[in-house]
Order: sequence, then C-alpha cells, then structure tokens
Amino acid sequence: MDYTPSEFMIINASRALQGSHVVFVGVGLPNIACNLARRSHSPEMELVYESGVFGANPARLPLSIGDPTLVSGAKSVTSMTDLFMYYLQGGLVDVALLGGAQIDRFGNLNTTVIGDYSHPKVRLPGSGGACEIAINAQKIFMIMRLKGRAFVDKLDFLTSPGHLDGGDARQRAGLPGDGPALVITDRALFDFDNPDREMTLIEIAPGETADSIQADIPWPLRVSPNLKEMTPPHISELEIIRQQLDPEGMYR
Amino acid sequence: MTNKVISMKEAVSQYVQDGDMVAIEGFTAFICFAAAHEIIRQAKQDLTLVRMTPDLVYDQMIAAGVAKKLIFSYLGNPGVGSLYGVRRAVEKGIPRPLELEEYSHFGMVGRYIAGASKLPFFPLRSYTGSDMPAVNPLIRFVDSPYGDGPIAVVPPLNPDVAFLHAQRADAQGNTHIWGLLGMQKEVAFAAKKVVIVVEEVVDAEVIARDPNRTLIPGLVVDAVVHEPFGAHPSYVQGYYDRDNAFYLDWAENSGDQEKTEVWLQQWVYGVPDREAYLARLGQERLAGLAPGELLAEPVNYGRYQ
Repeated sequence: MDYTPSEFMIINASRALQGSHVVFVGVGLPNIACNLARRSHSPEMELVYESGVFGANPARLPLSIGDPTLVSGAKSVTSMTDLFMYYLQGGLVDVALLGGAQIDRFGNLNTTVIGDYSHPKVRLPGSGGACEIAINAQKIFMIMRLKGRAFVDKLDFLTSPGHLDGGDARQRAGLPGDGPALVITDRALFDFDNPDREMTLIEIAPGETADSIQADIPWPLRVSPNLKEMTPPHISELEIIRQQLDPEGMYR
Repeated sequence: MTNKVISMKEAVSQYVQDGDMVAIEGFTAFICFAAAHEIIRQAKQDLTLVRMTPDLVYDQMIAAGVAKKLIFSYLGNPGVGSLYGVRRAVEKGIPRPLELEEYSHFGMVGRYIAGASKLPFFPLRSYTGSDMPAVNPLIRFVDSPYGDGPIAVVPPLNPDVAFLHAQRADAQGNTHIWGLLGMQKEVAFAAKKVVIVVEEVVDAEVIARDPNRTLIPGLVVDAVVHEPFGAHPSYVQGYYDRDNAFYLDWAENSGDQEKTEVWLQQWVYGVPDREAYLARLGQERLAGLAPGELLAEPVNYGRYQ
C-alpha cells in the first residue's frame, strides 16, 4: 500500500509513543500521531493539551489544540495556570512531542524567526508552550520532515532548549527534564543516546542510505553501528489515519 | 443592584481609549470577534494588543491599523497556518509598523497571575538556554533566596481593558464559564476595566445556583454585553462549533493588503453591528454550527437552612 512521507512520520511517532503514559500533545502532526497511538496500541494513554485538557478523549480529529471535542468526554479541563504550573512544571508529563522550523545537532529548536530577529526573513509562530515544555517534560520527541534547510549547523534563533551545547549542559543549567530523546522524520530516526548527547542516525526508511541522509545534514552525522531499516507502515495504521483521523486528507 | 448591561458600541466607546492596552483573551474558544470588529469600526488608534495567541482576531485588527504593539506568545492561525496581517506589519510595516513583545505561553500565564495578584514578578521554570530573554529584556533571572539557583521571572501585566467572552452572566457580571477556561479568570482580575460579553444574560438565581461555575465575579466587572454568536468564527462550548471555513477563508483573503481591505469592508466596515454580521452569515450557516447535546449530571449543593 502506498503512503505519503507525512503518513510515515505520523506512524513512526505513534510507534515511538508505545509505553508512554502521559503525553503532551502539540499542534499539527503530533496531534494526529498521539490520537493514532491512542486508537491503536495505547488506549490508556493520557493526552495533555496546553489549552488545559487532561485525559482527552476526542470524538473527531481535533482541528487545533483548542478544539471543543477535546473538552467533551475529557477526564479534566483546567485553567492554563493549573496546566502549566501543576501538570507540566509539576513534572507529570512523561513525553512531549515538539516540531520546529530548524533543529541543530543537540536537538535545540527554532520556532521563532528565519533570519535576524528584528528584521526577519520569515516570522514564525514563536514559542507557544514549547520552551517550557522542552524544559519540564521528562523527555522530548521531535517530529519534523528531514529536508535541507531544517537541520542546521547553527539555529537562527534558539526558542526551545534541547541538549544546549551537548554533554551534561542541561544538568548544569538546572533543567528538570531529560531533554530530546528521539527525532522522528519521514526518512530516518535519530536518538541522543551517547555521552555528547548529539543526534545519531539509528534507523533509515526503505530506499535510504546513511549517505542519502547525510546529504541533507550539514554536520558530519554520527551513525549507529547497529543502523536498522524502518518498518514500513502497516495497513491497519494507514486505515486508522485515512478512515478515522484524517478522512479529508489534511495531513497527507 | 446596578444593571451593567450595555451595547457593544457603548462598551467600546466608553472603555477603549486611543493608546490603551487591550486584551481580548480566550484560548481558541471564547474569542470575542464582536468586540474586535467594533474597535475597528470605531477606528481606535495606537492600541497595544495583548493576547497569548493573537489568532485571526488580532490579525484583523492589525491589518486594519488600530495597533502599534503586540504582546503575545504564539502567532498563528490555529490549525491553519500563518497570520499574514501580523507578518506584513512586522516584515514590511504595512499598514504600519508593529512592535512585538514576545513570551512563551507560561510566561504570559505568569504575567497575568502577577498582574491579578499584585505581585512584583512571577517565577517560572522556563527560558533557560533560550534566546528569548536576549530579545525581551523584561524576561529576567533571579537567584532563589532559598539556594536553588537561578529562576526565570516575568513582570505583572495589567491591561487597561479586557473583553472576555463567556456562556452566561447575570446583569451584575457574575459569569459562568465552562469548557477551555484559558486565562479568562486571571485576565479578569488583572485588567483595570472588564467587559464581559455573553451568549445569554440570565437571572442572578441561575448563577447563584451553581457558584462553582462562576469564574468571574461581578465585583471585577464593569460592563456586560449581550452578544449571541459574538465569538464567531471561534466557538463557545455547548453553544456553537468553530466555523473553520471562516478561518480558511481569512487565510485565503489576507495574503495581501488589498484583498484584506475587501474582506474587512465586507465583514467589518460594511456591517453596522453584530446583528447585521449574523444576518450576512445567514441562519443556515449558524444552525450548521450547533454542537448537539451532551449534558452533565446535576449536582446537589444542599440547602443548609
């Protein structure tokens, strides 16, 4: 069965969430990935939205993280004060999914500007909750397309801290969460499971090689000695996306 | 008891002055477009707009030229994409330059809490390692007096006036809200003047029978405006759904200033008030936004006589 890069990325993110209990859901692709996880392997997963929802049970694919379907049938709906202070800063979030326009080798993210801050080439949305999510969630999964300009040697703006300049920089800075654990893309998976906390290629999509991935990464890429091929989407995963979550194909 | 119910025209003309800091809050829900459109029609000037997610509502106000500054934490058309009005003002100064003062969501949450509780600052675990403090000198770090190292702080925020949409209130402004509560309560306590805009004005007894749902007491409310569908095209839990076609339509028609003016002419300048706007939308379209019924179990508060 054919599939699009977006669908593959959503499915990879959903698979990576297996075993996670409390998941902080971001806008866009993370939203559909978490809902796929809940409807396939992890029905007990608690979805947390920065809009103030804990334990969402959406009857339709939420249009945004503030969709009313997240309220109806949820375990709790709170103010954003409670959400940020008690759920997130209180350390109750196991994993959060974040995206970005730029990422560097240590998993630091830019969602603010391309170009200079005062005279930007492109003005992006900004932090939203991403900065404090990146700091306070127990761990972070990044989800983004692997393409030339997204993976950069130096960010134009550091919005949300990953492993900063690597090694034990997060602990030294006093950041409570463990930071980036996985980068999930349409063509490859990366982890940070080394003392330098630098992005390492661990899995590649069918048809890709370490060299084809390196071609879109501007720094000399670390490659795991146990490099694996990613499992293509299963028909049941694609069916949930196409029939239940995104029948109109907004995320194709 | 004073009856605080006035029209939107009166509320805007009485409570919004040129140069004011204005907050029309509501996280995806309860966004009071009715207030924004009336502010545009009354051609208020040099406003500082405050909102966590500026959304379409401020994109329209900025494109209409009423604002000089924006204090915010996320710039986007939720679930759709970019805010072209804001980008045009920031990137090209059209129709006028726009100053940005930027936080994260938690930073804005903290600013409202500090504003509402008259604290000099609010401490939060954010911003460490981020470039945000470098471009916003109001985000600072202090050493914990208890020896836990540095912690980020943000200053209080006290808007001159806030427009807050809700399901229902009595004529004194005691306000019931359910659904995504956002920061409606904190903003109400932080703002110097508060205008509550509701789907229904109800008897005081309806409010008093369910006091846990009263997020905002009339004590901090200056005026109540009865404006059904006043949050369209955003939504009000249990009353109507988001009109997503309208969000997509704005994305299509706000790409350049000329198209935007045409849109504003049709939906803002070209209608005298919300009633005319709703008439233009048509009954059928509004009926299509009905969310169906999902009732909560009643609770027993007890009489305790």
